[in-house]
Amino acid sequence: MISIVGFVAFILVAPVIGGLIAGIDRKITAHMQGRVGPPVLQPFYDVGKLFEKEKTVANDTQRFYVISYFIFMIFTGALFFAGGDILLVIFALTLAQIFLVLGAYSANSPYSHIGAERELIQIMAYEPMVIIAAVGMYVVTKSFNVSTIASYPQPLVLFLPAIFLGFIYILTIKLRKSPFDISTSHHAHQEIVKGVTTEFSGPSLGLIEVTHWYETVFLLGFVYLFFAFSPLLGFIAVAIVYLLELLIDNASARVKWQLVMKSSWVIAALAGVVNLAVLYYLGVG
Amino acid sequence: MKIQICKQFNTINNEKILIFKKGGQRVQLLLFLILGPLITAFFMLLVRREAERNWIVKLSALGIGAVTVILLVSMFDKGTLYYSFPAEQTSLLMFFIEIVIAVFILYLGVKYKNYLVVGLVLLLSAMMVYFEGVYAHTIDVRYSLFIDQFSIIMALIIGIIGSLICVYALAYMKDFHEHHRELQDRRNIFFFIMFVFLSAMFGLVFSNNLLWVYFFWEITTLCSFLLIGYTKTEEATKNAFTALWMNLLGGVAFAVAILYLATQTDGIMSLDALLASGKAIVLVPVVLIGFAGLTKAAQLPFSSWLVGAMVAPTPVSALLHSSTMVKAGVYILVRLAPIFQATLSGYVLAFIGALTFLIASGIAISQSNAKRVLAYSTIANLGLIVACAGIGTYEAIWAAILLIIFHAISKSLLFLAVGTVEHKIESRDIEDMNGLIMRMPKIAAMMVIGIAGMFLAPFGMLISKWAAIQAFIDAPYGFVFVIILAFGSALTLFFWAKWMGRLLVVTPKQENLETRIDSNIWIALISLAGLTAITCFIFPAISSTLIEPFLLQNYGNVAQLSQDNIIIMIMMLFMIVLLPLSILLPRHKHRHLTPYMGGMTTNADMSFYGAIGLKRDMKLSNYYINSWFGEVKLQTLGIYLCTGLIGIMVLTAAYAGAII
Repeated sequence: MISIVGFVAFILVAPVIGGLIAGIDRKITAHMQGRVGPPVLQPFYDVGKLFEKEKTVANDTQRFYVISYFIFMIFTGALFFAGGDILLVIFALTLAQIFLVLGAYSANSPYSHIGAERELIQIMAYEPMVIIAAVGMYVVTKSFNVSTIASYPQPLVLFLPAIFLGFIYILTIKLRKSPFDISTSHHAHQEIVKGVTTEFSGPSLGLIEVTHWYETVFLLGFVYLFFAFSPLLGFIAVAIVYLLELLIDNASARVKWQLVMKSSWVIAALAGVVNLAVLYYLGVG
Repeated sequence: MKIQICKQFNTINNEKILIFKKGGQRVQLLLFLILGPLITAFFMLLVRREAERNWIVKLSALGIGAVTVILLVSMFDKGTLYYSFPAEQTSLLMFFIEIVIAVFILYLGVKYKNYLVVGLVLLLSAMMVYFEGVYAHTIDVRYSLFIDQFSIIMALIIGIIGSLICVYALAYMKDFHEHHRELQDRRNIFFFIMFVFLSAMFGLVFSNNLLWVYFFWEITTLCSFLLIGYTKTEEATKNAFTALWMNLLGGVAFAVAILYLATQTDGIMSLDALLASGKAIVLVPVVLIGFAGLTKAAQLPFSSWLVGAMVAPTPVSALLHSSTMVKAGVYILVRLAPIFQATLSGYVLAFIGALTFLIASGIAISQSNAKRVLAYSTIANLGLIVACAGIGTYEAIWAAILLIIFHAISKSLLFLAVGTVEHKIESRDIEDMNGLIMRMPKIAAMMVIGIAGMFLAPFGMLISKWAAIQAFIDAPYGFVFVIILAFGSALTLFFWAKWMGRLLVVTPKQENLETRIDSNIWIALISLAGLTAITCFIFPAISSTLIEPFLLQNYGNVAQLSQDNIIIMIMMLFMIVLLPLSILLPRHKHRHLTPYMGGMTTNADMSFYGAIGLKRDMKLSNYYINSWFGEVKLQTLGIYLCTGLIGIMVLTAAYAGAII
């Protein structure tokens, strides 16, 4: 059931794809802002430079947290692309995130501390929707296995339209895009310096950046599942969703954490209850 | 002692075949577990010297623990065994003890002018006397004692965790009285009640006779009342009486259920007969017993007694929360789950549990007192177990039993660790535990293990929640419960993770406070931390040898994790165990920098010069979000909602009963 090929392929290919997406992201963002933007390969140069830098830490435990964050994020994505249990994938994702938060806490720094608290609020905001999405897929396909869900012959998005929209909503949090980039941001403007990543520098920061590439690929894989009946349509949908996130990112200003939390929960509850109830009464599942 | 025959049910093709066997040596194990702690309890009253008490408690703890393990080894593959026992005489003795207890509580109720308690006790006694006089002789329960895999699991929890808590209490209570010199040292009574409590819990989980279950049920109510009020301060007395009236209310419901069974059915008075009879006939008494279970498991609207119980010394909290008392409540609900399954009353019960899970998890976010966070987390997790019991499918019961096991271990570890820290830093506030990893590294590490055990993959409680998600979604209307669970889990994640973060803050070098901690404390803490990790590794074995046979026998179906997932979980466990070792790897000249303070000049101890040149220390504090998750607000909401739901539950059961 678990595909070793998918597992290994993700580990090897995902950072390349993730880095390219980040490069294209910056290029498009620049164009939206009327700039030329850096070369597409710029994220790779940036990370390369970070690894060249001096190794400075706030304390000796930080490295453990960053490495754990990195490894469990890879594990999350690899398990997903190997066709494993989607709930277990989500739990591994949470575990990875918690390691980043603990790393930020351990630094004993005001900015990274606020970043850690906000990161936890973000996790609290998005997690119900992710679980509801997985459950919705189970109700339709009768399986929690990504491999079975992906080979479902009918378009999942038609059964789970509200859940799909809810997932897109929280995807903005996960991709660290405005208006929901409250704990740390890709942009230079952030009221809490670099939030959760403030106290990481050099190779540690580089590793966090690579981890985020892995995470992006995994998240887009999740979006793909809704359209998995047709690979072509799937890729187009993923591209459109990502462009939409970019547009939102550039068109909106950061909101307060209260709004992130409230709106995510209201949308998750509405999307979840309505969609699952309709499926239940239609006799799907 | 006469032990005539023991009866064994083997389930083959869902047909019960009776096998009569001579002997039944194993009943002696049961009797040892019920009576052994009782004997120790009386010793506790007699001994005066501390050294004597120490070795008697340790020896008893070892004995009780060992016998539960022997019980496991000799019984796990035997299915359900029933034992006949001279019920009439024993029941008479129990009745006599109940009257003595009633008089004792009446005396205390009058003394402290708590007329609610007086009224409830009078009502209870009247019912019991009426029952004894009119119906007792018509009831014949042939097999008063029994054991099956679920009883074995409960016995292991009570025997191992309960005993470890008693060992811990030896050292803790000594410290406690050194810290609180104003309080009278009544440790004899304390240990007496602790062991009576264990005895009653064993009695509860081995009793098939409902009258016996009721008797042990009331004993646990009394024990918790006395332990909560141990310090005799005004607050302790008040909270003890709160616990008492709430649990007596449950007791009244239980007594009504017994009277109902005696009058309305053909003298059904044992658990096996109850479960074997038609759902419709026994739904009313089962819902009444379920109500008693809700009070004992501190579900909303009765949650306040368990939070109030935090005034008691920490071992009491640990005992109430992990292996006794609240677990008695969910034990009886899980036992009766087949009756609840697919009934409207069962769904309402599940809804009460799910709402309690959600609301209590929310309240925990707003608490900074570590013991209160633990209390609300207990209430929340019990809510989840109640929800599983109310759904009552085999998958839900699988999840419920996993929750009972893992919760008991992690929660006792956390209580004992908090108690130890409290005696060293003189505070139980989470904010004061900032950077505990630097001051008390070993105990902080154990707390982190306990917290991880409560909410992170691949540890126990997360496995159980996973099982619960699966169980809910496969049940009719289950999506409602899945959604509640998804939101509730997100809340638990927040309050656990921020506590964990607080512990792991690396502060500048500080004095190590871990010196002079008694060896008894280390024994308990290390054993529980070890158990937290080990049970995650061996839980597939626990499931296949104990839980699955139990499910097969009672539901004809088993739930389990797939082989793939178990392997992946074990991989994750290994990574979690190995990754911390990376701290020990050789360091490649990492330069240490002080954290960024917005350009402010700081020292290594994180102090800085503020406005007008005053030197200030930096202080960081967690979010508590009181405006959303405030205790009063959420609890009031919960009390109204759940009281209404209990009303609906009773009405639906009464309606179903009236149709017949």
